[in-house]
Amino acid sequence: MSHAKPLGGSIFTPAFMLCLVLFVIGMYFLGVRFTDGMGAVANINGGFPWGIWVVYDVVIGTALACGGYALAITIYVFNKGQYHPLMRAALLASLLGYALGGVGAFIDMGRYWQFYNLLLPWHMNFNAVMLEVGLCVTTYILVLVIEFAPAFLERIGAHGVLKILNKMLFIFIALGILLPTMHQSSLGSFLIAMGYKVAPLWQTVHFQPLLALLTALTMGFSIVIFEASASQVAFDLPDETSLLSKIGKIIVGLLLVYLVVRFGEIILNGKVGYIFAGDKNSLLFLLETLLFIFPVVALLSQKMRQNSRVLLWAAVSMLFAGSLYRFNAFLFTYDPGPGYSYFPSVGEVMVTVGIVAFEIMAYMVMVKMLPVLHKEAHA
Amino acid sequence: MDRRTFLKTAGAGVAGAACISTVADARPNLEPAPEAVGMLYDSTLCVGCKACVTACKEVNDMTPVDRGDGHIYDSALDLSGDTLNVIKVYSDGTAAVKDSEENGFAFEKRSCMHCVDPGCVSVCPVTAMRRDPLTGIVTHHPDACIGCRTCMVGCPYNVPQFEYDNAFGRIHKCQMCNQEGLERINKGGMTACAEVCPTGATLFGPRSMLMEEAKRRMELKSGDNYNFPRGDISKPESYHEKELEADYQNHIWGEKEAGGTNVLHISAIAFDKLGMPPLEDRSYASVSEGVQHTLYKYMALPAAAMAGLTYVVKRNKDNHDGEE
Ligand code: SF4
Ligand code: SF4
Repeated sequence: MSHAKPLGGSIFTPAFMLCLVLFVIGMYFLGVRFTDGMGAVANINGGFPWGIWVVYDVVIGTALACGGYALAITIYVFNKGQYHPLMRAALLASLLGYALGGVGAFIDMGRYWQFYNLLLPWHMNFNAVMLEVGLCVTTYILVLVIEFAPAFLERIGAHGVLKILNKMLFIFIALGILLPTMHQSSLGSFLIAMGYKVAPLWQTVHFQPLLALLTALTMGFSIVIFEASASQVAFDLPDETSLLSKIGKIIVGLLLVYLVVRFGEIILNGKVGYIFAGDKNSLLFLLETLLFIFPVVALLSQKMRQNSRVLLWAAVSMLFAGSLYRFNAFLFTYDPGPGYSYFPSVGEVMVTVGIVAFEIMAYMVMVKMLPVLHKEAHA
Repeated sequence: MDRRTFLKTAGAGVAGAACISTVADARPNLEPAPEAVGMLYDSTLCVGCKACVTACKEVNDMTPVDRGDGHIYDSALDLSGDTLNVIKVYSDGTAAVKDSEENGFAFEKRSCMHCVDPGCVSVCPVTAMRRDPLTGIVTHHPDACIGCRTCMVGCPYNVPQFEYDNAFGRIHKCQMCNQEGLERINKGGMTACAEVCPTGATLFGPRSMLMEEAKRRMELKSGDNYNFPRGDISKPESYHEKELEADYQNHIWGEKEAGGTNVLHISAIAFDKLGMPPLEDRSYASVSEGVQHTLYKYMALPAAAMAGLTYVVKRNKDNHDGEE
């Protein structure tokens, strides 16, 4: 039995109303997409078939939703039970992030009315990364629903069902670790098939899956820190810094591995020249690298890690670093050849903003109505 | 870190490293289909009349649209949801001399290259892109397609194009005039663009014969006379004799690029100037499938990982539940 409690309180706060407005605007543009075709809203074109709906909503959105995944590994594989209090909130954010990633993928599907072909064995192409990602993400969303179900069952007092579910939960927890490991690394494999269109600093045949997985994990841990700090301020909750500082230590370790692989690959393949080329790509690379290095430096000492402010800044930097890495690889430095360029339209951005606004609204409502967060201090 | 944790961490690391290091044994490129057909486009013969563009629109039922700007024919700038074939122009400086890189101009045909090891086929999750096992023609099947547009990012030539202006749009690409309902090749005919080409710049035929022809032309020098066939190289409708005005580049595009293509190009101008992409011999399909299959080894690895995870999670979860 968990000690989490619904926070209660009013739902229609100013923050909620602001999100609602953004959501409604997004839905308007989404409507246009369905009546007049994707070109009426999005600036995607013959050379840039994937715009921010794929790259932000799916590729980055799901990485930002890796908190549940990252914590599950820590708690259940590395046997660190003390992180339990953070788990529910992380699971909720993961569920919302992934569900909306799924929605993003669906609205971006040019022929969404045939989406079920993905599930028909005689259509499946097992060579395709997209098949694996599609199936894995769909299954993982269901797994997240089941993993989060206890919060709902506790609330409605369905203790019988809860007991049975608790006995079986370990299977879903294991799935909830396996599936993201698979599809988060596969997001990297997408880049391999894009070949020369991906700029040299981001193209590496052998390490693409590993880099994608490492950034997903670090982003997952960072979002746990970010959410915990943000909820603490927003909902006036007890300080979790001692727990979060240990997560900071994990992030530093993962980031060091990431940086060694990333730079090792660049040096071994003789691509250092691109870093100092002084063009758009080299600037983006330097910015991305700075954002990756900041958390390492900031969190290196035990003392700094105990400082909740430093911790939050480091987490935010890491979230930007991981997002920029994926934006750079999939979009900002993507070059399909002469004659094509892409910059998202207002409508396109508003659809994505609307989706994120919905995510925030749902989170605020759920923590008020369901036992997700902890009101007493612990650990 | 106690010993057990250390072992576990080390074990995970080794497993991960094993996955990554075996990635190198990707499969080799696919070989050309046994009865591969294709086209040979000779840029030096092309006069830029765009008869092939019009013919392509006609047979594929993409009748020219009047876009309200007074144009009665559609001379599209690039491939799109309603254009499967375009003739592009390279020009430099005064653009006075044909087939000269400096102060010259040249034409280039852009349509599906019908890759020997097609990226679009490899990345499509629902097998909506298919390579014909006999002819090697790459076809598209909208009844399967979900519109994810991975074929567009996976095609090195940006060939597949989606109808963005249609709420119920589909992917379009050149299917060598052999899609269901048209089937010009199955019926013993040739592609419409080759049929109408007045100079034989676009020549249809079996890939092997086209390759031999291309190699013969590589041997020619400017000033030589050569008898160029028109239509289908296996049964040419006519020939025309012409004196070569420029030397060919010693490069048959499509012999090796990314595993080769069934549509071959030759030219007097370097292909990067004509807008061809920077490709190596290895097909991206072979590399990415190798990585994917090594990581998943037909699901054996994920299954084993799942078994291990389930065990570890159950033990740790029981521990934690007991503590509470
Ligand atoms: S050129 Fe593009 S569309 Fe044509 S076969 Fe190759 S990958 Fe497929
Ligand atoms: S083969 Fe047919 S579909 Fe392809 S470019 Fe030529 S005319 Fe168009």
